[in-house]
Amino acid sequence: MTETAGTTGQENRVMDFSDDEVIIGLEIHCQLDTLTKLFCGCSTDYRDDGPNTHVCPICLGLPGSLPRVNRKAIEYALRVAKALNCTIIEESEFARKNYFYPDLNKGFQITQYDRPLAVRGYLDIEGDDGEKRVRITRVHVEEDPGRLVHKGGADRAKYTLVDYNRAGIPLIEIVTEPDIRSPKEARKFLNKLRATLEYLGVFDSEKEGSLRVDANISIQPKGWFTREGKGKADRGRAEVKNISSYKGVEKALTFEVTRQKNALRRGQRLGTETRHFVETRGITTSSRSKEMEQDYRYFPEPDLRPLQVCSWAEEIVLPELPDARRARFLTQYGCSPIHARTLTGDLRVAEFYEHIATIDPVLAATWVADTLLGELNYRDMGVSRVSPESFRELIVLVKEGSVTDKGGVEVLRSLLDQIKESGSCETPGECVGRLGLRVLERTGETGADDDPVAKAAREVIAEQPQAVADFHAGKKEAFNFLVGQVMKKTRGRAKPADVNQVLSGILGKEG
Amino acid sequence: MPTLTFSPKDRYNAFITTLNEAGTGPGKLSGIGIAVKDNISTSGIPTTCASRILEGYIPPFDAHVVTLLKKAGAGIVGKTNMDEFGMGTTTENSAFGPTKNPADPSRVPGGSSGGSAAAIAAGMVRMALGTDTGGSIRCPAAFCGIVGHKPTYGRVSRYGLIAYANSLEQIGPMARTVSDISLLMEILTAYDPRDSTSINCPYAHTPDPDVHGLKIGVPEEYFGEGVDPRVASVVWEGISLLERKGAEIITCRMPSMAYALAAYYVTCTSEASSNLARFDGVRYGHPADTKLQWHESFQDRRRNGFGTEVKRRIMLGTFALSSGYYGKYYAKAQAARQQVRTDFLRLFRSVDVIAGPTMPTVAFRLGEKTDPLSMYLSDILTVPANLAGIPAISVPCGTSEGLPVGLQIMGPHFRDERVIDVAYAYELGVAR
Amino acid sequence: MVSEKDVAHIAGLADIGIEKEELAEFTGRFNEILDYFDILDQVEPGSRGETDLVNVFRDDVVEASLPEDEVLANTREKEDGFFRAPRVM
Repeated sequence: MTETAGTTGQENRVMDFSDDEVIIGLEIHCQLDTLTKLFCGCSTDYRDDGPNTHVCPICLGLPGSLPRVNRKAIEYALRVAKALNCTIIEESEFARKNYFYPDLNKGFQITQYDRPLAVRGYLDIEGDDGEKRVRITRVHVEEDPGRLVHKGGADRAKYTLVDYNRAGIPLIEIVTEPDIRSPKEARKFLNKLRATLEYLGVFDSEKEGSLRVDANISIQPKGWFTREGKGKADRGRAEVKNISSYKGVEKALTFEVTRQKNALRRGQRLGTETRHFVETRGITTSSRSKEMEQDYRYFPEPDLRPLQVCSWAEEIVLPELPDARRARFLTQYGCSPIHARTLTGDLRVAEFYEHIATIDPVLAATWVADTLLGELNYRDMGVSRVSPESFRELIVLVKEGSVTDKGGVEVLRSLLDQIKESGSCETPGECVGRLGLRVLERTGETGADDDPVAKAAREVIAEQPQAVADFHAGKKEAFNFLVGQVMKKTRGRAKPADVNQVLSGILGKEG
Repeated sequence: MPTLTFSPKDRYNAFITTLNEAGTGPGKLSGIGIAVKDNISTSGIPTTCASRILEGYIPPFDAHVVTLLKKAGAGIVGKTNMDEFGMGTTTENSAFGPTKNPADPSRVPGGSSGGSAAAIAAGMVRMALGTDTGGSIRCPAAFCGIVGHKPTYGRVSRYGLIAYANSLEQIGPMARTVSDISLLMEILTAYDPRDSTSINCPYAHTPDPDVHGLKIGVPEEYFGEGVDPRVASVVWEGISLLERKGAEIITCRMPSMAYALAAYYVTCTSEASSNLARFDGVRYGHPADTKLQWHESFQDRRRNGFGTEVKRRIMLGTFALSSGYYGKYYAKAQAARQQVRTDFLRLFRSVDVIAGPTMPTVAFRLGEKTDPLSMYLSDILTVPANLAGIPAISVPCGTSEGLPVGLQIMGPHFRDERVIDVAYAYELGVAR
Repeated sequence: MVSEKDVAHIAGLADIGIEKEELAEFTGRFNEILDYFDILDQVEPGSRGETDLVNVFRDDVVEASLPEDEVLANTREKEDGFFRAPRVM
């Protein structure tokens, strides 16, 4: 990337960027959650094991070994293709992508090329301007390469270490049309896609490295992609390779938008460029030398037979998908549209919610969507760490009034902290007791000596003569202040209605 | 378990590795020593493909066919010499030096399974395994005067065969007699789901020499340009013998023969260019030089590890698949291949088998053929069977200039039994 | 006709070392062979033909992987269970 300083000022005046549009297309690789690899019987459950412990002649690429297609991987891919409303190709086939790199066990990758499993689908998402349709170009199946490790960093390592445990893990590649218009929309698309894949039971987003994204991004004059706009000059694009997290995608694209806009403003020509996302620094860098002109010399994989899976695809019954579940949550539980979207945006959350919805669907929705998810996010925890039974007990305590909303939140925080620390926690009831958050039940008549709320009220009145005087002088705010003081003294355990009643009772008598 | 001792004088350089003692067991092949071509994986025994690039590689597993041979009681007595990765017609392209033809040691044994053929012809072993990508079993069988059969594509598992051109090649039996070929076929065809291109179609057959009423198609192209007239006349005599035994001879035409050789070489070099990319020295074989940068090391290995013909074919295949040329070469080769298949299917509607010479000439003198294209052209009569995937056998049918000539018999898919029957009829007919 | 430069380019694409001295000989042979391949120009681009054997699958059942000592048995270049390859950067 070289700066061409000479041209900046002049071009600035002639070019108009007010009407720009960000154009993004994504290429997503997801690991399919099968038990074994795509072409051999090695287990895919390798993350806790040492390097090269889940390998065999096939995934090591030993000479003479032959691949065998995992039926489950194809079934999973068909589920995805169907859920993305794709057309299944009548006869598809595997192909070899030839390039030389040590992460490739055979000197080529088995993928699909001109006859992919499925083409032409779409996924509806909540876009920047409401509901929008992102078209899917193709869906195909391929094998993951191995993992390269550079001790002491890529720049300093004298050699490359190779682990083939990952080699042969089944991947699905999903390519979108350039229909996405902002980094935020890209994130929303990925969230929806992830939810869809998880609902389909084919993908575990919690596994490290389970999703990787290449993003094609350019900034073009508005309408450039429509027929009318085709005449306008292409301003060039960047392909950002191998972004390995959801957050990373939005970050990388946001960086690219700024970088490309600045470059265009300075009058630079962008051309077509491959860039890499440096996650730690949140930037993309040009990968100049390495990617010379690649010629992958694809041809049909002669060791495998073609796939004819249209009728099989027809037989596959899809489970309820996020949109259907959202609609159901609206009608069955009376969730608000926002809650319904939040609760169905993640399979685990939706299932968690349905576990506890029976107590009080609306109360449960508020507690899960607004409170629990926020607290989990703050602690960087997943919902699967929380036991629904335990959470259900907490909601019951809140609903029956044994603990106030505020007390409930305090209990939740404590429980989550315990889980984060040790993996387990006390019961909500125990926690309420330990923290002394049980709601103060009024005993006897208003003002009775043993009523804890009345006791607290009397103490506050004694401590705050000025406020009491203000109240009697007719200042309404003074009453609210006194209520607050009582709440504080009871540490939120008193019901606000009780405090009001008791306080006004005592003050009235005094008056 | 009884062992078999094997300490031959290998005067023809037929073996790359010999095993002095081989375990045997009960079974149909009990006590028989069998030689295996060195591109077929043998657990614990070096498997080199006659290439320096695989120096020191010891497979941790047996090829399916080796497992089957052992299960049938046979002893694996050695690994035979070959053209490097199967790329050749003479067994001269070997990192371990050429094999000589026992019928005339100044001649090549044919290739690429020349070591297996020579070992049998010299009487060192009774049977051997070869592999046939474009004639590599049948050519050396013809040149050395033994029997060699290329099974129908998919009939024998390729698991453990180090690939040269996956869509064309098959492992097959080589022996002195058709009966032994038949015996080996019984063993080798046991189904193996590890080869996705194979089919469960076991061979359980005793050769039957009755050819009464059998229709033998003889394509003009098999006696056309490039075929030595002396060889042609020996083969015609052989076919006439079958006619005297009651078969009917029908001359026919195979127009796709015009494209067959080009289609074959484009296909096999394309597949080879990809197959041979895995020998980077990281996981096995002569280790990669980790002091170098990846691409330098890879290039060095390939420059030093592969012979000239292998490099040439990798280059040809790379070119045929490269962007801008795929349509001209690879795609057209597949279309031509389809035409060859169609031609055979058409012919087999009116004939039972097709017969002709195996090779257009007798064995070349060692070092005689130097230019690659004329070498390629000598495969013209064997490659059609590989392109179509049909079974084809070569059975000795006399001599020309004192050198063996092979009669080739081809049959419809999965009719290996019929092809073997006809060869058997010929063999018996000559014997009487 | 391909030139020596083309052949050198193909050698680069194939990542195969061709010595300078070999190049002329290689190019000559290459052209003879490619001339012969030109006969394919006469072939009509056709269908791939019918496919008889399709949908060959295995079940998703875990099979034993190779024992660890066998995995690394065929190389000297190893470290802590990894294979050691030349650096890629």
